[in-house]
Amino acid sequence: MTAELRELYQSVIIDHGRHPRNFGALANANHHHEGFNPLCGDRILIHAQTQNDRVEKIMFEGSGCAISMASASLMSDLLLKKTRAEIETVFADFHQLITTGHANQDLGKLRVMSGVHEFPLRVKCATLAWHALLAALRDVSGKVTTEDEEPI
Amino acid sequence: MCVLQWGIRMRLDIHKDFPILDQNIHGRPLVYLDSAASSQKPKAVIEAMTHYYEHDHANIHRGIYTLSERATVLHDQARDRVKQFINAKSSAEIIFVRGTTEAINLAAHSYGRSQLRAGDEIIVSVMEHHANIVPWQMLAASVGAHIKVIPLLPTGDLDMENYASLFSPRTRLVAITHASNVLGTVNPIKKITAIAHAHHVPVLVDGAQAVPHLSVDVQDLDCDFYVFSAHKMYGPTGIGVLYGKQALLENMPPWQGGGDMIAQVSFSGTTYAPLPAKFEAGTPAIAEAIGLHAAIDYIETIGMPAIMAHEAALMAYAKTRLGDIPGFRFIGMAKEKVGVIAFTLDDIHPHDMGTILDRSGIAIRAGHHCAMPLVMSLGLPAVARVSFGIYSRRADVDALVKGLYAVKKVLA
Repeated sequence: MTAELRELYQSVIIDHGRHPRNFGALANANHHHEGFNPLCGDRILIHAQTQNDRVEKIMFEGSGCAISMASASLMSDLLLKKTRAEIETVFADFHQLITTGHANQDLGKLRVMSGVHEFPLRVKCATLAWHALLAALRDVSGKVTTEDEEPI
Repeated sequence: MCVLQWGIRMRLDIHKDFPILDQNIHGRPLVYLDSAASSQKPKAVIEAMTHYYEHDHANIHRGIYTLSERATVLHDQARDRVKQFINAKSSAEIIFVRGTTEAINLAAHSYGRSQLRAGDEIIVSVMEHHANIVPWQMLAASVGAHIKVIPLLPTGDLDMENYASLFSPRTRLVAITHASNVLGTVNPIKKITAIAHAHHVPVLVDGAQAVPHLSVDVQDLDCDFYVFSAHKMYGPTGIGVLYGKQALLENMPPWQGGGDMIAQVSFSGTTYAPLPAKFEAGTPAIAEAIGLHAAIDYIETIGMPAIMAHEAALMAYAKTRLGDIPGFRFIGMAKEKVGVIAFTLDDIHPHDMGTILDRSGIAIRAGHHCAMPLVMSLGLPAVARVSFGIYSRRADVDALVKGLYAVKKVLA
């Protein structure tokens, strides 16, 4: 196995990919959005519950590869109590991390995703849930696809 | 030389005819298992196109000078070669297009819009590539027609009984693939056309996955349209073929207007050129036509029976080797298949598989394969696929097996 593969498929990612946290419906959610990656058919439906503009709970449903599932799972754990603006900042840093391997701020547990930067074709897998969450918080109707991804 | 089943001999060094295969990817010899998406090109095809650009290029049907005449002759010869390859009655029935997708769009626009009315019906199958679904949906939406879908049996074969029951007095066209790009299933086209013709309904056959693997005789199949791309049969991208029975093509209106497709132009009215020029507006892909010619020559030098025997033997070997891997599941077990194997491995997502195999130099396809209705009907979000070409070897299967064990280890 190459070092890049070991870096990409760390045990944390495999664990989150196989046993995603916060997986399922969310009864009290007030924001929903479906993300779709037409390249591989991955779908992630995000449910978010906010109070006073802060995210109280994120749950998700759907199916995807280890990278997209792990990214959704980690994200759903790590963004609680943040506002949409704060999440946008984290996402910008996360996006930098997975495209360059480095980030401006300490992203904590999200750093396990840095191995994605060696695999440009997998960036869309890692960002799918994030695009869906941000669209949900913006109350965008319809569906986001990874094809809408803009460089940040 | 190696002696294959049925005593057919095939050169062992075919691999060497394909320069691209002689390279390392991530430090490992390339194992190309995505020929169903696009095949690689033999030196003969690359050289034919280079030679044309270095010696013979000019626009066709234009000049009275030597180069234009040479280019025109080469382009005409390519058409004649295609006619021979699929046993059309006449070269006028061979329309050059950009590829399978454009061929189907041409038929949907020209034939479809001139023949179909509100309430009419088009029959397709659930195993179609998006290219043989979406143009018919667009046609249906514009004229108010409906689409009926032939389902599959659990084996991955078409449900022929259901097919026969789908016809109504409003059925106007059947559009069906010759071979599935996901399951590899080869459909019984002769039976399909016979049933359709009994209802006086024409049949368009998507031959993109069939032409590299089977002998195709459009007169024997008795299909009304047959479409395919050069790039899946060792030829270049950017050229494909719409075959149509002459009487049908004669009655169809032109699709695109421009140079080359006219007899006479004036502002009081324009008359169109006869077939096949009527459907070929603008300067065609000349070098690509020459590349297609070279690809047919290449295929026929090896011989379709030898190719079929080689691929059948390789498929048998692959089924045994892959079937031994714990957690390996074949998707689609039709009796008649081209060299395509769709599969799942444990609960591993095909995308993860593809990434890990790529690091071992192995190229496979992962996802919905431009056949979302089919993949969804299988109850899977995505599947992995390997597909073989003339240059595929047992060593490629061995590398794949080793690679799949590595995938299991990485994701264990």
